[in-house]
Amino acid sequence: MTVLAWLLVVVPLAAGGALVAAGRRADRAAPAVGVAAGMVTLALAGVSAVSRPAASAPLFTGIHAGLRVDGLSAVMVVTVAAVTTAVLVFSVGDSALVSARFFGLMLLFAAAMLITVTATTLPLLLMGWEVMSATSWALIGFWWRQPRRVRAANTAFLSTRSADLGLYLAAGAALAGGAASLRLDVLPHTAEPWLTVLTAGIVVAALGKSAQLPLSFWLSRAMEGPSPVSALLHAATMVAAGAYLLLRLHPLLAATGWAGPAVAWAGATTALLLGLVAIAQTDLKQLLAASTCAQVGFVVLAAGAGGVAGGVTQLVAHAATKALLFLAAGVWLTVLGSSVLADLRGAARVHRLVGVTFTVGIATLAGLPPLSLWAGKDEVLAAAFARQPVLYVVGFAAAVLATVYSGKAAWYLLRSGVGAEAGRRVGSRDVSVTTGVALVVLAAAAVVLGVLALPGPARMLRQTLGVLGEPAPRGWQLAASAAVAIVAAVLAWRWTGTRVPVPSVVTGWLTRWLDLERAAHLLVVRPTLALARALAAFDDRIIDNTVRQATRAAVRLARAAARVDDRLVDGAVRQATRGGLRLARTAARVDDGGVDGVVTAVAAQARRLGRAARRPQTGVLHQYYTQLVVALAALALLLLLTG
Amino acid sequence: MLTAITFLPLAVAAAVLLLSRSAADRLFVWIWIVTATVDLALVVVVWTVFDPGGGVAFEQAVAWIPQAGVGYHVGVDGLSLPLVAVTCVLFLAVAVYSLRETRRVRSYVAVFLFLQTVCIGVFVALDLILFFLFFDLAIVAMFFVIAGWGHGRRARAAALKFFLYTFTGSLALLLGFIGLALAAQPHTFDIVALTDANPVAGRDGYAALVLLAIGVGLAIKTPTVPVHTWLPPAHTDAPAAGSAILAGVLLKMGTYGFVRIAMPILPGAWRRYAIVLVVVGVISVIYGGLVALAQTDFKRMIAYTSVNHLGYVVLAVGAAGTLAGSDGQARQLAVTGAVTQMVSHGLLTGALFLLAGVLYARRRRYDMSAFSGLAAKTPLFAGVTAVAAFGSLGIPGLSGFIAEFQILTGSLATQPVATGIALLGILITAALLVWALQRVFLGPLRIPDAPGAAAAFPDLHPSELVAIVALLALALAIGVAPRFLLDVIEPASRTLVDLVAR
Repeated sequence: MTVLAWLLVVVPLAAGGALVAAGRRADRAAPAVGVAAGMVTLALAGVSAVSRPAASAPLFTGIHAGLRVDGLSAVMVVTVAAVTTAVLVFSVGDSALVSARFFGLMLLFAAAMLITVTATTLPLLLMGWEVMSATSWALIGFWWRQPRRVRAANTAFLSTRSADLGLYLAAGAALAGGAASLRLDVLPHTAEPWLTVLTAGIVVAALGKSAQLPLSFWLSRAMEGPSPVSALLHAATMVAAGAYLLLRLHPLLAATGWAGPAVAWAGATTALLLGLVAIAQTDLKQLLAASTCAQVGFVVLAAGAGGVAGGVTQLVAHAATKALLFLAAGVWLTVLGSSVLADLRGAARVHRLVGVTFTVGIATLAGLPPLSLWAGKDEVLAAAFARQPVLYVVGFAAAVLATVYSGKAAWYLLRSGVGAEAGRRVGSRDVSVTTGVALVVLAAAAVVLGVLALPGPARMLRQTLGVLGEPAPRGWQLAASAAVAIVAAVLAWRWTGTRVPVPSVVTGWLTRWLDLERAAHLLVVRPTLALARALAAFDDRIIDNTVRQATRAAVRLARAAARVDDRLVDGAVRQATRGGLRLARTAARVDDGGVDGVVTAVAAQARRLGRAARRPQTGVLHQYYTQLVVALAALALLLLLTG
Repeated sequence: MLTAITFLPLAVAAAVLLLSRSAADRLFVWIWIVTATVDLALVVVVWTVFDPGGGVAFEQAVAWIPQAGVGYHVGVDGLSLPLVAVTCVLFLAVAVYSLRETRRVRSYVAVFLFLQTVCIGVFVALDLILFFLFFDLAIVAMFFVIAGWGHGRRARAAALKFFLYTFTGSLALLLGFIGLALAAQPHTFDIVALTDANPVAGRDGYAALVLLAIGVGLAIKTPTVPVHTWLPPAHTDAPAAGSAILAGVLLKMGTYGFVRIAMPILPGAWRRYAIVLVVVGVISVIYGGLVALAQTDFKRMIAYTSVNHLGYVVLAVGAAGTLAGSDGQARQLAVTGAVTQMVSHGLLTGALFLLAGVLYARRRRYDMSAFSGLAAKTPLFAGVTAVAAFGSLGIPGLSGFIAEFQILTGSLATQPVATGIALLGILITAALLVWALQRVFLGPLRIPDAPGAAAAFPDLHPSELVAIVALLALALAIGVAPRFLLDVIEPASRTLVDLVAR
């Protein structure tokens, strides 16, 4: 059992690490190795979802690194492994990505997520969490020759890491508050005031990772990565990790009065505002990215409102749907060279398989019954309704927006236009078998997961998660959302392409993702850089200069001392010598006899003494230094012997 | 055993100087490599025999100047053994890296062998005067390395600055040591005896003065803000091998002095003034990080990240001295994290400095704006640097995370505000290192013209690769399976935490 838990994370970790380390030499073997590793991982995930293994090893003083597949983790590991495998299979067909670096990093990315969703202690969770950030940096910047892609990777990495600080804070707070083992299940028992700090840290980290407001902008930039990276990052890793953490720690949110409502409102607000942002986008990938924030917002809303089952349903359904949509968008981006909606008009009509699966995906995203996201959203809204009817209203409005932006995307892709013509021109290159398989599997999942709306499967999921008491959507709620979704979809189809009576200031603001990135630049990045430059100048000019001045003063002092030495002390010696000489001469005059030789010798000796006395005054600093040391040592010795 | 480990390099250095000047350069380096390997093998033997729960081991005490209470006393415990090991690893890596050195190789090898002896000596010394002797000789040897094999004329100025600055620090240290010895009855410089005696207990003013002298001496060496300005020029103008040793080993002498001398011998004063250490530590973390962020010179930037990384150590040892409202586990985590950080910083920053040397060896410059997109030409160089940089910014899987997580988690309990501020340091180092990676290695390819004839820009040579990858492999081992290291450190840090609390 223990072995299985370790294998689940070690297989993708080792395979990914080996591929990345091997580099270009392994490029040819990479797709086979990558897909095989993905499939083995999926099999391990399946087995562990049933057998529920656990493992633990000592990590720090009194703190273990624990892995366990419980109900929630079981759902997550299967989702992560399945989406990863599908995305890897898809990537085999993209010649620009067939490399050891790509497949290796993708496996590492997935392995980090598997660690995160199975970890039972905070440090291990944080390890998976941070490795995920690092690999996302490498994947978003995969085409590193283009500076804008690297800049995007930096933005994503630094934004999420700024939120990650919350987890470090949480770990310290848990320890200080008495949850010394840092096990996730004891965190709610942390003593105040540390409980507040702990919860705040967790919430900030989770919201940042899930690209909720106000950090949503990094997800927009993350679109610079290859499409399969987006598929994985939006569906089963990164953004899913934050939502997972909130679902996992919902007892913690409940333990503090404020955290549940705060998280629920953060999710609801994001769902609403980013839904509007999605509608305003003119690029398919950007539209899908904004919709990710909004859809994951529902999961966050569920976690805050205490609807774990609803949150999980939404998370899994969204994973299948969004992976599918990004892969389809990736096909068109490769074939047509664009993801701008206007260029893609009618593209879904050309590549039949891609078109059909995309249509299934976008219909699911729209929340049309009886597809999976319709089921998931209603589960979430049921929990919101039980908590606070206002939350339900906001969530419902956000659901309508989801239908509208999905309808907009469908309108562009399905009506014939320039995309179809361009597609027919290059149409000979049809999609490869592997690509097709991946799309069909994901589309099937997006549809089939709708069964979770049925009472039986919904109950089974609740049983798996151990949350039987949670509210289920009532009949009128399901009916209302179904009816409204259909009406909204029809209206969206009608109205797309017509002018909307909204001032351009607002649409521009929405198109630019609420100007959040610019705000972050103005408020954080630029002041920090300015401060850094100012401090660097301060370091060079003031601090270092003070030291230099002090040294110079010391040298000046030494020179002055040397001068005094030369003039006074040495002068005295010279005078003495001269005096001696004079005395000698006098003596010579007095006594021209035998003593003459002796006197001359004394004089010569005195002269030599004078020269010797002058020798230490060299004016060279380090020699003064040595003398200082000798003197100090002598002093020390004196102290010792007398003390 | 420890005496053999310590003085083996010195003996070989003497032998090397006896060898003919005309022998092949490579021969000297190979002699060094063999010596360093043997030394490391001996340390591995010590490590396997060492019983972490047994306190100081492999002790050897010989009277030296008994009238003054000075003795030759060496030994290792869980605080010093990891540092002895990392010293030997770094010297071996640097020896391999130096296979491409061509300037006055015989003296170069001799100086480094001498330096290895004194570096190991500092960590095994259990007598203050012996410690001081090695501490000072390390400064002297490093002076010659920087002045003799540094980059041009500026190197001599940098070396002199390094020497005078750190020498001043060591004089303050000596004053503190004498103060300690005079306080003990009978007078002794023996660290173990002084630790047992707690000689300045109850004499607050005197203890404060002694701690001030020792603290200033160690702070200069560490270095902490504001006495750090000798570090950037020394690093920038030192040869790569010298920088790696300077950062990897010499800086640790300062922080090691805190855990070996200041904390256990002056527990009362340490507790009273721990807050000063905490403040200095946090300032070093943030200030060092921000100044590093503004650098345009790759090597200078790495130098400033050392101020940041060692700031965490100072923060941790300060927090471990604050008893209020914390249990032993948190303080023990902080101390263990501090020692782990010393090891980790040695490996990762050592690797980064060697990588900076790779850049210099090819184009004689470090300014990041001159380079771009090197990954296209030198994928290995880029990949290895990326791993080292991410390790340095604390990504789990490498040793930096293991160290910083323990420090931050352990310090938050007693010093919530300071630790909360220090957390930002993690973000700053992340920003500056990914930014540096972007500027030098990613984007469109641009390589400045070579000053000489060699226009080629080769990827890592085997000797460079082996040396750097070995350091990173060890950092990876600590990052993935840290128990082999923490099992050694933890009992010692528990002892230290108890000593400080008495």
